[in-house]
Amino acid sequence: MANPMTTPSLPIDDLAPAEPSKLSVPANLDAIRRIITRLLALAAFIALWELASTNKIHFLINFAHVPAPSVVAVSTTEFAQAPKSLRHIANSARRVAIGFGLALLTAVPLGLLIGRSRLIEDVIMTPIEVLRPIPGVAWIPLAILMFPTAEQSMIFICFLGAIFPILLSTIHGVENLDRRLIYAAQSLGAGTWPIFREVVLPGAMPSIVTGLTIGMGTCWFLVVTAEMISGQFGIGYFTWESYTMQKYPDIIVGMLVIGVLGMASSALIRFLGRRLTPWQQNQGTR
Amino acid sequence: MSRGAIALENVTLAFGEGRNAVTALQSLSLTLRPGDFLSVLGPSGCGKSSLINTIAGFQRPQAGEVSVDGEQVVRPGPDRGVVFQQPTLFPWKLVRQNVNFGLKFRNVRRAQRDQMVDEILHKVGLSEFGRHYPAQLSGGMQQRVGLARVLVNKPRVMLMDEPFSSLDAQTRLMMQELLLEVWTEYGMTVLFVTHDIDEAIYLGSQVAVLTRRPGRLKALFDVPLPRPRTIDTLVSKDFMKLKRTCMDLLREEMLGVPAATEMRGRDSNLPRDRLLVESADVAA
Repeated sequence: MANPMTTPSLPIDDLAPAEPSKLSVPANLDAIRRIITRLLALAAFIALWELASTNKIHFLINFAHVPAPSVVAVSTTEFAQAPKSLRHIANSARRVAIGFGLALLTAVPLGLLIGRSRLIEDVIMTPIEVLRPIPGVAWIPLAILMFPTAEQSMIFICFLGAIFPILLSTIHGVENLDRRLIYAAQSLGAGTWPIFREVVLPGAMPSIVTGLTIGMGTCWFLVVTAEMISGQFGIGYFTWESYTMQKYPDIIVGMLVIGVLGMASSALIRFLGRRLTPWQQNQGTR
Repeated sequence: MSRGAIALENVTLAFGEGRNAVTALQSLSLTLRPGDFLSVLGPSGCGKSSLINTIAGFQRPQAGEVSVDGEQVVRPGPDRGVVFQQPTLFPWKLVRQNVNFGLKFRNVRRAQRDQMVDEILHKVGLSEFGRHYPAQLSGGMQQRVGLARVLVNKPRVMLMDEPFSSLDAQTRLMMQELLLEVWTEYGMTVLFVTHDIDEAIYLGSQVAVLTRRPGRLKALFDVPLPRPRTIDTLVSKDFMKLKRTCMDLLREEMLGVPAATEMRGRDSNLPRDRLLVESADVAA
């Protein structure tokens, strides 16, 4: 454009490639600026909490017994070094893993069947529709009575928490499957079982993965609650015990560990989900 | 290949029950000889897809009989390949796996299956794309996979339900050429449903026009245009005359105006001698 000798059409052509590079620099800077803003916000939040706790502010919320972040940091390092800590985490994780695993193994085949057969839907869904609105926490007393050990009742509670979201999203996935895909499979010579395995199951998979993500969240929510009531070990038990033993900083440590475990397990589910639906990442590359 | 005869006798197909019942096909009779290429035209919603669905075995007619090579159609099968309007590929299977799908249910050894898949992918020009997922391909490429997936089973009959209607004009032309090429080579019977008059005449050896719903056969005529058909075919005088016939028949059906009489008065020599079947109520 600076050159007056160029023909009128050229400057437009010259501008086109220059545009994105001009734009990309501020876009990059903008991203960095946003990260800095977020970090500053987090730091400000922790600083305010520190101030509130050390000054024992009592306005709507009573900070007198809320441990300051500096104290929590010390307790966290102690927790990381204590031999019992791993046992708490391992116990909770095992309950979630077993309960969630059993729910997965029950809900997915059941959901596939219910989605494909009206008779099975009528027989099985009726009691399920009655039980589903009952929150998992409400099951805890009965679960303790139903099983010989507290361990089993806690696993049962986890199972209950995970099974409904997985079941419902499996059914949803099957019922929303494009009918023409089944037609296509039939006209290519596939029988009932191959259609189930190669069309219905993968077709419902994205929806199943969504159900697994929700189910995993519910599982952690319920295991912590169940452990507070009837646990011997476990991160929920640790958190509640810290309260009863008045080791207040450990309450926060327990809460943070629960958060981290929940995050880690949903990351695991997302990873597995991507493995189970490899065709989905490739969409839109063209 | 001398197989692939299709016979529909007084076929009536309805959906729904009671007050919501819709009759899609009404006492439709139609015969295709082995190796025929029949294009089916009709006003939208006239039961063109239902025709495909009954021959494919997706839907059982309430009355009448559908048979292929004298055998009654009771369920879908790989002898009657179906190409849908949308590619309807399995999104979770690679292109190769999609094409291989039908072969798995026949007693074909793996090595031979791989070879057959390679051959057919080469034929439709997708050798490079065997390891792609359908979503990574363009619409035209996906429809070629859909064609390959059916062709690999060497079907006696190919049922095509507006397979090229969602493609752009250029891709459609390429697909039409490809289809004629494989039809010439394999010699299967093709029933090709379309709403595009040019396409119907360009591809078909015969053109059938259906009435408004409930669909009956309104007219059936030969397309005596020489093969191989080229772009010249599309602008030839005979082509234009046939197109005129189809347009008038369709307009008559869509508007309920008996345009046919007017047309015959102007251009009486062509449609009469080519018209093989005409339903009795056209004049009524």
